[in-house]
Amino acid sequence: MEVIIAQFINGLSYGMLLFVLTCGLALVFGILGVLNLAHGSLYMIGSYVAYSITTTFTQSFWTALVVAPLVVAVIALIIERTLLRVTYRLGHLSQVLLTFGLAYVFHDLTKLIWGSNVLSIRVPDLLSGSVSLAGQTFPLYRLVIIGVGVVVAAGLWWLQNKTRWGAIIRAGLSDREMIGALGININFVFTAIFVLGGILAGFGGVVASPILGLYPDMEFQTLILALIVLVIGGLGSIAGTFTASVLVGLLETFGRYLFPELSMFLIFGLMAMILVWRPNGLLGKQVVEG
Amino acid sequence: MKNVYLQSAVVLLLFAAAPFFISSFHITLLTEILILAIFALSLNVLVGYTGMVSLGHAAFFGTGAYSAGIIAQHISANMLITLFGAVLCSIVLAGIIGLFCMKVNGFYFLMLTLAFSQMVYSFVYQSTGWTGGSNGLSGIPSPVLFGWEIPNIVWLFYVIAALFMMLYAGLRIVVGSPFGKVLVGIRENEKRLKSMGYNTYLYKYAAFVISGALGGVSGSLYTYFNGFIAPSDVYWTMSGTVLIMVLIGGSGTMIGPVLGAAMIVILETVIATYTDMWMLILGSIFILFVIFFPSGIYGIWQDIVSRFQKQHIHPEAAKINKERAS
Repeated sequence: MEVIIAQFINGLSYGMLLFVLTCGLALVFGILGVLNLAHGSLYMIGSYVAYSITTTFTQSFWTALVVAPLVVAVIALIIERTLLRVTYRLGHLSQVLLTFGLAYVFHDLTKLIWGSNVLSIRVPDLLSGSVSLAGQTFPLYRLVIIGVGVVVAAGLWWLQNKTRWGAIIRAGLSDREMIGALGININFVFTAIFVLGGILAGFGGVVASPILGLYPDMEFQTLILALIVLVIGGLGSIAGTFTASVLVGLLETFGRYLFPELSMFLIFGLMAMILVWRPNGLLGKQVVEG
Repeated sequence: MKNVYLQSAVVLLLFAAAPFFISSFHITLLTEILILAIFALSLNVLVGYTGMVSLGHAAFFGTGAYSAGIIAQHISANMLITLFGAVLCSIVLAGIIGLFCMKVNGFYFLMLTLAFSQMVYSFVYQSTGWTGGSNGLSGIPSPVLFGWEIPNIVWLFYVIAALFMMLYAGLRIVVGSPFGKVLVGIRENEKRLKSMGYNTYLYKYAAFVISGALGGVSGSLYTYFNGFIAPSDVYWTMSGTVLIMVLIGGSGTMIGPVLGAAMIVILETVIATYTDMWMLILGSIFILFVIFFPSGIYGIWQDIVSRFQKQHIHPEAAKINKERAS
């Protein structure tokens, strides 16, 4: 019983981590219709910038938590303004390919700046303890991640459903031209959403790196996981992404515990099954075709 | 396209004469280009003709490569057997993956193919007993054809060049046939074809399996060529690189993927002497092509040709040419 509880908490925290990594991608995909294959790269840049900050400049995890997402936001802003904007008239496929090319470029740039060693970020002292819960001790940081995931999910839900911004976003999702005709600067909305996606990717990078570590190719691993969550959850739905994250997190953790050799296949198997059962994902709507 | 037979004869002659005029290093390069050109052509059946952008084609390349290597090690190094085995494995894999992937379109297709190829990758990576895991598969005996062990790169080049020409001709016939026209129709407007009574599901599935089988062929050729397979040949960067080849060369044309493969291999060889930032340069070139030259190298060439011909031919014909180029 204790083992099950422990695995459950671990799985939940891993799922929340996945949610933080995926929600930026889901937001950009759901609203702009841009499948950002450079999302993993933005996550990676967030991680590495946080590493530089925690080891060289200020030694503070908290500074990194604020500065790294901002750095990624600036990069996202530049990408959207200079490259992505040009491709909006070329169709969705061009955008996928463009961000794919960017992922290649960022891969080598990161290697150039930070080298290809395996690095890690230490958990800040304040969060490095452990907590006793139901007769079990858990690392505090994992519990905090669960909280962070819930807060981010609640925040995005609030933004999408309760604010004027959310109304604009939802309207833009169903009819882009109409919302432009209503006098809303849709270009600005697009930029803002893409930058927000970047901030979430960078934030995810900082939060996840004490657990997942930093290594070359990390962005591809992350991207694949994020895409799986996105496919399972369905397009344009924060709730779907949240459900899928928790599902994948739990399945991966229990799978790794019960059948260590099969853990990777379990997730892919889940995805294949869900796609056969519900081609648009668990809570997804009909996908926008480019 | 004035005379197909004349063109094939010229290409045949050039291939036959190549080893007498260029160094063995360049023959090696040419062989690699031909292998990857087959790979790119196989993906082009999906991306260019059927309009299904797959980001998991390395799965078939890797399956072909590994099954050819494993068969050569354990059963027989006879090229006919290894090639047959590799193609069979790829067809089975494509048949299974295709069943799932045909259910979805667009982005979902891209992500699903990517996920399946990563599944193949993790299988290759984890089953160390068969594939050597992260060390790759080494000690593969050199290929044997009709009881004759292929002695050097020049003879291997001849074998691969012959196979390349056969596959190229075969694919040309396939895409020119009514079957190929239906695939193009699916790319342009699947709903319309469906309402005309075509079973588009079956056509797409067939295209997927053909594409997977050809990917397996190129993978097995790569095994003969290299004598060694690394798991990175199944990794998704391989899928990405071949997609880039197809798009840079010009998707939806026969010669485009060949040009793309040639350009990427040559660039890689040239750049590798200066810097190891290969992905940076490949990515930048790709971005430029996506934004400025979506129809690829062959598209640029057609543009130049049609611009040059404009003064000489009837304006109506020039318009048709231009439409074809775009």
